[in-house]
Amino acid sequence: MNSPEIDRLIGLLAKLPGFGPRSARRAVLRLLQHPQTRMLPLAAALSEAAAAVAPCSLCGNLDSRDPCAICNDPARDRTLVCVVEGVGDLWALERAGVHRGLYHVLGGTLSALGGVGPDDLNVRPLLTRVVEEPVAEVILALGATVEGASTAHWLAERLQPSGVAVTRVGHGVPIGGALDVLDDGTLGAALKARRPA
Amino acid sequence: MEWEAPAIVLDARPYGEGDALATVLTEEFGAHRGLARGGASRSKAGIWQPGNLLEVRWVARLSDQLGSFTAELVHPGAALAMDDALALSVLSSACAVAEGALTEREPHPLVFAGLLALITRLPVGPAVLADLVRWEMALLAELGYGLDLTQCVLSGETDGLIWVSPRTGRAVSDAAAGPWKERLLPLPAFLRPGANDAVADAAQWAQGLAMTGHFLGRDAFGTQHRPLPAARDRLVARVNGLADHAGH
Repeated sequence: MNSPEIDRLIGLLAKLPGFGPRSARRAVLRLLQHPQTRMLPLAAALSEAAAAVAPCSLCGNLDSRDPCAICNDPARDRTLVCVVEGVGDLWALERAGVHRGLYHVLGGTLSALGGVGPDDLNVRPLLTRVVEEPVAEVILALGATVEGASTAHWLAERLQPSGVAVTRVGHGVPIGGALDVLDDGTLGAALKARRPA
Repeated sequence: MEWEAPAIVLDARPYGEGDALATVLTEEFGAHRGLARGGASRSKAGIWQPGNLLEVRWVARLSDQLGSFTAELVHPGAALAMDDALALSVLSSACAVAEGALTEREPHPLVFAGLLALITRLPVGPAVLADLVRWEMALLAELGYGLDLTQCVLSGETDGLIWVSPRTGRAVSDAAAGPWKERLLPLPAFLRPGANDAVADAAQWAQGLAMTGHFLGRDAFGTQHRPLPAARDRLVARVNGLADHAGH
């Protein structure tokens, strides 16, 4: 019923996270109804981003500059490197504004069944960084999953010979969370990670 | 079609945006796949971690369909092991081996019971490695590749058994091994008749994992033209490291 151009656009949008065929159709309709104010600026922005944005050669963050804005920021604490699984995690920490050091994006976690091994992760540059740069602490901010925890243990062992302090983000009771609605695993982890009051 | 049973999560891979394709191990229905709706979502991803014991309900219109899972957490084996690198390695290895070696929907109650016992024994520390080796032997036996470590395959002796034939999986005494010693696998002391786990050390656990690894690799995975899971390789490297450290 639609022209092939519209169907192609719907098909491409529907593959993005947060979109399905219905929401892609609605978005495409909105774009087509406002070509000058919505569609052409979006197309130009997509084209510019595709041409300019690339992974930072130091940390793996996505930016149009290399090294990225975070790695170039002189106000950042260069002795502190936070290791995250993906750029989405880096953005989450930046949104929260809780980390003033540098980052290192691993690009995934070790996954036996998913076929992700050590060579598939951005590990070697991290091991080089901690030796060549004045890094005093590496924070492993990986997910509280079996794969995330396995990767954190594995990485901690690889970093040990360098002598830098290796820490992990805590697991436990979320802010605003009541104990009676937490699952047993989170409660167990919270009790294990207890500290002096 | 539907069933409800206690099940251990062996694997859960994200499917779509929030769902997961999960493989669980049950006593009655064996290794079973299904779609866990919302299994990769923020609220449910914690439940679908390998090593967790769940009460699972599987529903499908026809028995040969993938079907879908709903589940409630019974024992958070994954979360309890996460802080301990060795326990997490053991858990990941056992789940990956079970996922790769077992045929889907073929019941293996002994494998399920053994894996459940292994998960509850994880907090005991490195001694759980002896349980893991025994569980892998039980898995091999369930698949039809059982090892016979009770008497010497050559002489029938029951004493002095310190080798295992890599071809037959049967014990060989030191006296009968003769010039073939170099080709035989060492039989760890804790698996010899009359031995107990209390005497086991890291070197023996490494020998045990090498022995079961040989037969798992050849018989359970080799017949499927697949390598042993990377999680098991990492566990073996860790245990070999413990053995080297203890040796120094």
